[in-house]
Amino acid sequence: MSKEAIDTVAPGPALDVQARAADFLVARRDRQAWSDGHEEALQTWLSESMAHRIAFWRLESVWDRADRLNALSSLAQPGKPAVLAARRKTPLIGMIAAAVMGVIAIGTSTSLWLSQPHKTTYETPVGGRQTVPLADGSSIELNTNTILRTKFTKDRRVVELVRGEALFDVKHDAARPFVVLAANHRVVDLGTKFLVREDGASLRVALIEGSARLEARGTAKSAVLLPGDEAHATARSLFVTRKSSNEMARELGWQRGVLVFQRTTLVEVANEYNRYNHRKIVIGDAKAGARVITATLPTHDVEGFARMARNFLGLRVSEREAEIVISY
Amino acid sequence: MVETPETGRATTATNTVGDPVRMSEVRVWFVREVLPLESVLIQFLKRSRRNRADVEDICQDVYMRVCAAASEELPKSTRALVFTVARNLLINRIKHEQIVSIEAVEDLDVLNIAIDEPAPDRVVIAREELRRLQKVLEKLPERIRTALVMHKIDGLSIAEIAVRLNVGERTVKRDLSDGVRAMAEILLREDADIRRAT
Repeated sequence: MSKEAIDTVAPGPALDVQARAADFLVARRDRQAWSDGHEEALQTWLSESMAHRIAFWRLESVWDRADRLNALSSLAQPGKPAVLAARRKTPLIGMIAAAVMGVIAIGTSTSLWLSQPHKTTYETPVGGRQTVPLADGSSIELNTNTILRTKFTKDRRVVELVRGEALFDVKHDAARPFVVLAANHRVVDLGTKFLVREDGASLRVALIEGSARLEARGTAKSAVLLPGDEAHATARSLFVTRKSSNEMARELGWQRGVLVFQRTTLVEVANEYNRYNHRKIVIGDAKAGARVITATLPTHDVEGFARMARNFLGLRVSEREAEIVISY
Repeated sequence: MVETPETGRATTATNTVGDPVRMSEVRVWFVREVLPLESVLIQFLKRSRRNRADVEDICQDVYMRVCAAASEELPKSTRALVFTVARNLLINRIKHEQIVSIEAVEDLDVLNIAIDEPAPDRVVIAREELRRLQKVLEKLPERIRTALVMHKIDGLSIAEIAVRLNVGERTVKRDLSDGVRAMAEILLREDADIRRAT
């Protein structure tokens, strides 16, 4: 206790420190204009004084707590908590109410929710990722560039995967089935953790825990999936393959912010990167596209990948503003 | 998530006996154990009839000292540590300022009660949290609330919000920055009153 501050700089007035911490936090979480230089400035500031770190921790915990609250509230059911029910009966009661209701029910768009009071939409941008805890104890993790709608009623929980990929961790409730609709197919939960990826008209469902039933619309076939199964469904076909747990872990690399490639062609590698980034990788010719790599790489580091292609694979890399062309 | 660089405490690590506590652990401890005490601490500091800036400075001082202590060793009773430090700081200030105020001395006794008081139940059910957030939002000035809702709920970036509201990005940044501090103020301080009242 006798020890004074352990750091180099005596903190300024507390109110100033708080304001500075808040500025840093808001700018950093926005990410769009957050450069390495900004990060360095923040780290320097944090290292200057324990008071700086404490102010930052404090506000960060509040900022995160607000996120959590929002996620919790966003799937609240009509008629469940009394506060919500009362508000839902009288939708448009001015800006304040709209703002407050926004917190309660909206994933992405205020206006959308107002027009469809029982649906909630979640959307992640290219490169984004979001975990949505549901009121029933289930949770959904959205991968990059994904749109998902939920519609929960008393006896059904329906989630529509409009686009992209999501990992579902479902609390099973026999009286209230959990159904995922995607690319015209249905996945019915039987007590489960599973990954669904929509790719145009085709659908991939990988089962991680428990079991689920995939009902492929066009073929009128259905398949019960067990852990390790991966089903591919298109408008006309449905087949199931078995994956090792290693392969499953690779599929879920995005949860950790990485792409895991094992003997993967550059064409496929480029496709994966392009799902997460605005700056696209273009494979210039078939010979380059056929090269095979094994690597674990951060989802957002397109430039790092380009460097690797140049230095280790000896390919030609030309960087343009919106794309990086890799050729033989 | 920030992993605080270890550089800041490298100087103490060499002359510290025993295992110093990692900064990331101090942070977890601070958020989980100390922050929930903030409302009681602030209420106590306010009773010493000081102005807002003074109260904030003392609070910052208390936090710095308890975190410095915790980075040597996590305390057995966080509550006792926080309030002992707060009391000592106040006594020092009173001596230093040579204010002999009856209120101030009386208030120091109140502190003893605060130390023994059981910690409020931190298990909060989701619904209660939701109500709390609504209350927080309702209390914020409209401009800040709008920016917060667009940012946190609609997921818009600062630049996008600026375009929608037809204001500069700096304005949006400032509103959000004010917003997070206002939320902290309400969630960590007034919050306790809400809980007690219900």
